[in-house]
Amino acid sequence: MDRGPQMKFPILEEELLYSGHTACPGCGAVLALRYVLKGLGPRTIIVIPPSCAGTISGPFPFSSLKIPVLRIPFETTAISASGVRAALDVMGKKDIHVLGWAGDGGTFDIGLQALSATAERNDNILYVCYDNEAYMNTGIQRSSATPEGAWTTTTPFPYLKDTPKKDIVRIMAAHRIPYIATASVGYPVDLIKKVTKAKELGGTKFILIFSPCPTGWRYSPEMTIQIAKLATEVGLFPLYEIENGEKYILSKKRPQKPLKEYFSLQGRFRNLKEEELRRAEEKVKKDWEYLTRLAG
Amino acid sequence: MKKVISGNQSVSYAVLAAGAQVVAAYPITPQSSIVEMIANFCSSGQLRAKFINVESEHSAMAACISASVTGARAFTATSSQGLALMHELLHYASGLRLPIVMANVNRALGSPFNLKADLSDSLSQRDTGWIQFYCQSGQEVFDTILQAYRLSEQVLLPAMVNLEGFILSHTYEIVDVPEQKEIDRFLPPPAPRDCLDVENPCLFGGTTDFYINFRYKMHEEMQRTKVVCRECDADFQKVFGRSYGLIQPYRCEDADLILVTAGTLAGTCCVASDQYRERDLKVGVLRIRLFRPFPGEEICYALRNAKKVAVIDRDFSPGCGGIFAQEIKSVFQGKDPLPVYEFIAGLGGKDVTDEDIGKVIDQTLQTPEPGGVTWIGVLK
Amino acid sequence: MKKRYSVKCLEEMPITAISFLTSEGNETGEWRSQRPVLDLEKCNRCGLCWMYCPDNAIVPEMDSFQISYKYCKGCGICANECPKKAILLIKEKR
Repeated sequence: MDRGPQMKFPILEEELLYSGHTACPGCGAVLALRYVLKGLGPRTIIVIPPSCAGTISGPFPFSSLKIPVLRIPFETTAISASGVRAALDVMGKKDIHVLGWAGDGGTFDIGLQALSATAERNDNILYVCYDNEAYMNTGIQRSSATPEGAWTTTTPFPYLKDTPKKDIVRIMAAHRIPYIATASVGYPVDLIKKVTKAKELGGTKFILIFSPCPTGWRYSPEMTIQIAKLATEVGLFPLYEIENGEKYILSKKRPQKPLKEYFSLQGRFRNLKEEELRRAEEKVKKDWEYLTRLAG
Repeated sequence: MKKVISGNQSVSYAVLAAGAQVVAAYPITPQSSIVEMIANFCSSGQLRAKFINVESEHSAMAACISASVTGARAFTATSSQGLALMHELLHYASGLRLPIVMANVNRALGSPFNLKADLSDSLSQRDTGWIQFYCQSGQEVFDTILQAYRLSEQVLLPAMVNLEGFILSHTYEIVDVPEQKEIDRFLPPPAPRDCLDVENPCLFGGTTDFYINFRYKMHEEMQRTKVVCRECDADFQKVFGRSYGLIQPYRCEDADLILVTAGTLAGTCCVASDQYRERDLKVGVLRIRLFRPFPGEEICYALRNAKKVAVIDRDFSPGCGGIFAQEIKSVFQGKDPLPVYEFIAGLGGKDVTDEDIGKVIDQTLQTPEPGGVTWIGVLK
Repeated sequence: MKKRYSVKCLEEMPITAISFLTSEGNETGEWRSQRPVLDLEKCNRCGLCWMYCPDNAIVPEMDSFQISYKYCKGCGICANECPKKAILLIKEKR
């Protein structure tokens, strides 16, 4: 379409998601999916376990995606992607991207074994974990990706989550797969650039996408992008890439803002104690030092 | 060409002949040599398949499922603990109506730990919607894998081919492995079906309240499977000169007592039956080959002239008894029931001899009415 | 999408849950309790509202944007992110 001169957008226009899907208003996870699909294009097959994305993909007989979708059992995202890839390769259809799409529960917890195995075999798939920091689809239960001090239905006050978020990126880096990246729905251009880079590579690629959830994090839905950006700006979710488990490339988004600003916007951190805030600030500082050291 | 090969090797040769395209492999005794041999076929280039070394049997079945939905011919093999680990995925595979073929080397389920022949592992999966065959010889194992691919691709239901651990898996017999030309005559490449296809995108396996309708369609197909299985077997006879039927009766026409069993126990029963025939006692043997879908009518017909039935289960459902016995008792619904004497033997690979079968026959003939389950081979 | 299936009778159903329709029939606009209104005079055509909409409910046209009220769930991300404050959220009348 011949557009007016001002109508130039930073990302591709083609949509591979239909409207009418049942994501919550302001859902970060569906934005993550929308952006990744723009990066991969229509010659993509996606496997989705039970998760928000599973529900959003639509009940039978509907689908909200324009690409082929296989709904798979919970633990099997990585191996299901590997199985699709094996079949496509043996059938000679090597130009189709295979995308494993799981949430934090399906990646950090129940899906970790299969993910580790796929990474060890270096199967040619893109695995994306959209991280909304709890089992949101089943009603906001805690996962190992839930940050310390957060409320969830299975970590109610005063028994809030008392261990830090599992460092899935470090685990994946230990597998020395060709490409790992952290990305955020707050920075779609950066996210799509990373997807585009990943899809040109063979082997296993892993992208962790920060996906705020208004329903589970207890904030008003219009703040999803604001909160996503803030997580990076306070240093809680740094954006970086790791090539072959060794070369670290940091984005320019250094921690600038105080952590308190991020926590204060979300109801799930309402009962965060002073000492927990201090521990979180210490952790951000240490993690950032670690990353900077590795990036050289 | 005739080869002297083990039951496991028969499976591997059949998978090679069938041209499986994606093979998922995880080791477990007594199945491992199946996938080892297939790995050799793949690395030598004889079998042009993707061989995925997975990290658990659960992932093995997941790989088969996703490969099959993409349109490839998939295979895996397992036993007892591995089969049990895949349980949820067995339901998933049949629910998605996928033509996956799996070899299961029957082995006892722990605890306690036992590596030897016991049919409880596959029988525990009888509700998962998989077609189930129980084989008696290496030749039958080879032939049944080929038949299973053709059958499952026609009815779009997954099929499990069972062979007993060590007794069949590790026993070497003469097996005729036909020319690939002949095999291709019997087993064509898979017909096109709904698949993951970027030219025709759709979503497989969505949430639905139409669930009961899909289960009904599966039920209808399972009924049809008996007919298609018979046709497959008849075609197999035409191409290769061998067939097996859904059940295999031996000297049942005039038998007073028919022993009913599955797998290699049937061979031992036939030896015992011959011995008793020499003493003018008319004993016959009915081997159940196709267990799911359950050939109730065929069994009822085969037993029609008998006065007594003795079922020998190499399996056990605690709190109930032998699983074959329960299913056999059900065939007489609405008809004059025959007395069914229940026996459990050979669990955990315990050897069952013709003398043991003799005890079964003696007890059945001498006891006026069946009463509970008799266990053969337990300490006093 | 497979067009030959339907849920009208058993025979027309696929053998397993294979989708044959899109989600576009689901008018999620009914969920709204507030609706975004775009002031085209303030709009600088940056496209951020379109980019950040989780429901593709902002549709780029020749030289402007249309908000698809059929699907807009009223989350307000567009209004919150608009650099020109060109989108107002007003209470949905029901």
